[in-house]
Amino acid sequence: MDKNDNNWEPVIGLEIHAQIISNSKLFSGASTNFGSEPNTQVSLVDAAMPGMLPVINKVCVEQAIKTGLSLNAQINKRSVFDRKNYFYPDLPQGYQISQYTQPIVGKGSIEIDLKNGNSKKIGITRLHLEQDAGKSIHDLDPNKTYIDLNRSGVALMEIVSEPDIRSAEEAQEYVKKLRSILRYIQTCDGNMEEGSLRCDVNISVKKKNEDFGTRCEIKNVNSIKSIGQAIEHEFHRQVEIIESGDKVQQETRLFDEKKGETRPMRTKEEAHDYRYFPDPDLPPLEISTNLIGEIKKNLPELPDVKKKKLIDGYGLSSYESSILISDKNNVDFFEAVINENNQRKPKVVVNWIIGDLFSLLKKNNLDIKKSPVKPSDLGELIDLIENSTISGKLAKTVFDEMFYNRKKPKKIIKQKGLIQITDSGEIENVITKVLSQNVDKVNEYKSGKEKLYGYFIGQIMQETKGKANPKLVNEILKKKLAK
Amino acid sequence: MNDLKDINIEKSLELLKTKKISSKELVEFYLTEAESKKNLNAYISLNLDNAINLAKESDKRISSNKMRALEGIPIAVKDLFCTQNFLTTAASGMLQNFIPTYESTVTQKLWDAGAILIGKTNLDEFAMGSSNETSFFGSVINPLSINNKKYVPGGSSGGSAAAVAANIALAATGTDTGGSIRQPASYCGIVGLKPTYGRCSRWGIIAFASSLDQAGPMTKTVKDAAILLDIMAGYDNKDSTSANLDDINFSKSFDKIKKLKVGIPKQYKSDKLSPEIVKLWEDGIDYFKKKNCTVIDIDLPHTDYALATYYIISSAEASSNLARYDGVRYGKRQSSNDITTLYEQTRSQGFGNEVKRRIMIGTYVLSAGYYDAYYLKAQKVRSKIIDDFNQAFEKVDVIFTPTAPSDAFEQGTKIDDPIQMYLNDVFTVPASLAGLPAISVPIGLSQNGLPLGFQIIGKRFDENSVLAAGKIIEDCANFGEKK
Repeated sequence: MDKNDNNWEPVIGLEIHAQIISNSKLFSGASTNFGSEPNTQVSLVDAAMPGMLPVINKVCVEQAIKTGLSLNAQINKRSVFDRKNYFYPDLPQGYQISQYTQPIVGKGSIEIDLKNGNSKKIGITRLHLEQDAGKSIHDLDPNKTYIDLNRSGVALMEIVSEPDIRSAEEAQEYVKKLRSILRYIQTCDGNMEEGSLRCDVNISVKKKNEDFGTRCEIKNVNSIKSIGQAIEHEFHRQVEIIESGDKVQQETRLFDEKKGETRPMRTKEEAHDYRYFPDPDLPPLEISTNLIGEIKKNLPELPDVKKKKLIDGYGLSSYESSILISDKNNVDFFEAVINENNQRKPKVVVNWIIGDLFSLLKKNNLDIKKSPVKPSDLGELIDLIENSTISGKLAKTVFDEMFYNRKKPKKIIKQKGLIQITDSGEIENVITKVLSQNVDKVNEYKSGKEKLYGYFIGQIMQETKGKANPKLVNEILKKKLAK
Repeated sequence: MNDLKDINIEKSLELLKTKKISSKELVEFYLTEAESKKNLNAYISLNLDNAINLAKESDKRISSNKMRALEGIPIAVKDLFCTQNFLTTAASGMLQNFIPTYESTVTQKLWDAGAILIGKTNLDEFAMGSSNETSFFGSVINPLSINNKKYVPGGSSGGSAAAVAANIALAATGTDTGGSIRQPASYCGIVGLKPTYGRCSRWGIIAFASSLDQAGPMTKTVKDAAILLDIMAGYDNKDSTSANLDDINFSKSFDKIKKLKVGIPKQYKSDKLSPEIVKLWEDGIDYFKKKNCTVIDIDLPHTDYALATYYIISSAEASSNLARYDGVRYGKRQSSNDITTLYEQTRSQGFGNEVKRRIMIGTYVLSAGYYDAYYLKAQKVRSKIIDDFNQAFEKVDVIFTPTAPSDAFEQGTKIDDPIQMYLNDVFTVPASLAGLPAISVPIGLSQNGLPLGFQIIGKRFDENSVLAAGKIIEDCANFGEKK
């Protein structure tokens, strides 16, 4: 924050809407596929046809419990679904089913790491389940609005933080941390571009040791970068208002991504009266201690714990560990390679994964779960390099072949005759041949043109189609040239 | 053959089974009768296209000994149940042309048992009313009207009651939210059973007040009500409030119950009660005593608050349930370039006055600042009313009361006085609020010569005792002879 604002600090609380990973919607059997043709993932319930009734999707409840447990939060054994009533064309029922006074998850917290090396605990107020709305599409026709109900009824977790956040950096770290937890436990894919993770920012300003000021809610803040920009902008705006002698008005504001600023959406007076009341179509949600215990038992190690283990146990760098824990499937892949043969060097394994594998996955728009190269295949390849069956350089070609043709490394090496030449006699013969064909250059080398060393290596490798063991080539070539 | 008019389901099944009549004859007879009594306005639509074909299929099944429980029996269905590919209106201009692509669970069960849809019956718009005068398709006339005047059949299931009473339906389905099966049954001199809340699925029934709505049979005899209930009842995983209980064969077991303990609630004995109702009440008590039942005075101390509680809760739920009729996806739309105008015009033109009144009451009682004083307080009173019944049912098996405070009244006499109209429900709403099963059975005629029914309320899911007590009144009152 700016020097002029030295005496001021922002007070920030975040509301995150996280779309739950689940095959079907919160209260209907319709599919949740992103990017399908408009209005193809819509059941009679989602379209709010007369006489249709909601039925809770157990998977979504379990996902919320899983998330609650991962946020060190209290799971409420009894929670209630309420109707939040308002009219909007992409809200077919005329109400959103949400949880108002009795959410499924209560107080919890997460730890964030800051640039200055400190860490800070951010409180979670609650997590509740609710339905997403459909989408209104205004830009297809100048006079019409189109409605797509594919998203209507998709399950969301609204995760509300305590107003514990005091800077844009903290807010960004909080969202990043939350996102990595959600991804790690597979309850939300955390994709902010596709809108499966959305953020509203509540912000007020105050001087240190003073009481909280009047807050504004900023909607539509949908990237980590925007969170930073929106907070910076709103912080300055509010400080300026107060310093000029005015008062901040409680209102809902919209973040304009292009301009990087917030603008008014509606004031407190224009605020909706949502007329919340318990949904009479849904009995209170009762969760058994058994179910909570079962989910707890199957909960993966959380990213923080796992990261520490990767660093301490495998000697990975903080950077490498961070990349692995951004998705639990990465860690699973890594550990599968190691666990199959604990002689494999973790550093080598992680480099293959975050280097060659990730680059090909990204290029082909594939998820690591759908990787054509399986952990055992990568392990086999690494072993073949380790025992000098193949050179590291040729291994890259083999890896490409494994990826695109789904073949085992041994088979590729055999078919293409890529086995490394480790017979020093054979290598010596090749070197002798190359040197005798280049007598001039050998003389030039000996008279001081040492750059030619690389030329000889190149010729030898060409002669052996890259299969000669580089170490042996080096040893023998040096010996020969020294003569 | 020519007494098809006065037969009931039980008798029809016998005649069909012994091939004394065919389903085709039966269906044709009722269709013809229905057409000849169009002036009653009991039906919104008749199944002229399909009913006879279905009857022919039933006849085939009967002749090949594949008769199902309701094979070939024509049933009229309140036009609040969604019927696949068949106009379903809720008697509202909003759904005047609505043809569902789906079939309600309860009606599907009827068709699966071999019953045949003969037509959809008129009702108060969205089941809101006690006189069937709020229908978009016009008022229904009570077939027992006297002195060349038009009397109301009661409501909201007025069309169903009138159809059964006029012998233009063998039996009908109704729905009961605060008395909508029992009160019209009383006014038209037929049997109407509201099962326990949760006994019959609400899926596919156009919702009025979700925590109160319940489907039930409207029939000529108590036995017929049990026969229909056998088919209509049952758990449905598409309705979260549906009770998951073992199936009971009501028609085969209810008359085994003898020696009931019958409670008479002193709070129902108002000074304003007409002497003729007091007299019939005493007659009823004598019938029970004659059949070796014990009659006990009981206390339901919160009865006075039931009516207000009912109108708050049912209107609150209705205001939200009817939000989906917004002109966006189906039903009536009054087009406009502005979405707010579209909503306003569609809803002010699509809904009738009574529906608008309930939406406004409901919106008001849920509004910020009024919620605690109305909705929340009503919920608390509802719990007290439930407690009252729980305590009473420690002493008695069933409770015996008048169904309505009067006999049927003339059309137009109460429609402009909502309070007078709502008072019709004073005896029926307590059982609705408590979700209890209750039946109305005709007991005699008023001085005007119009039918009067009495109500028997039972414990949750104890429809059998309710039916058994109803049978005692039916047998002793011998109403059929008095008509």
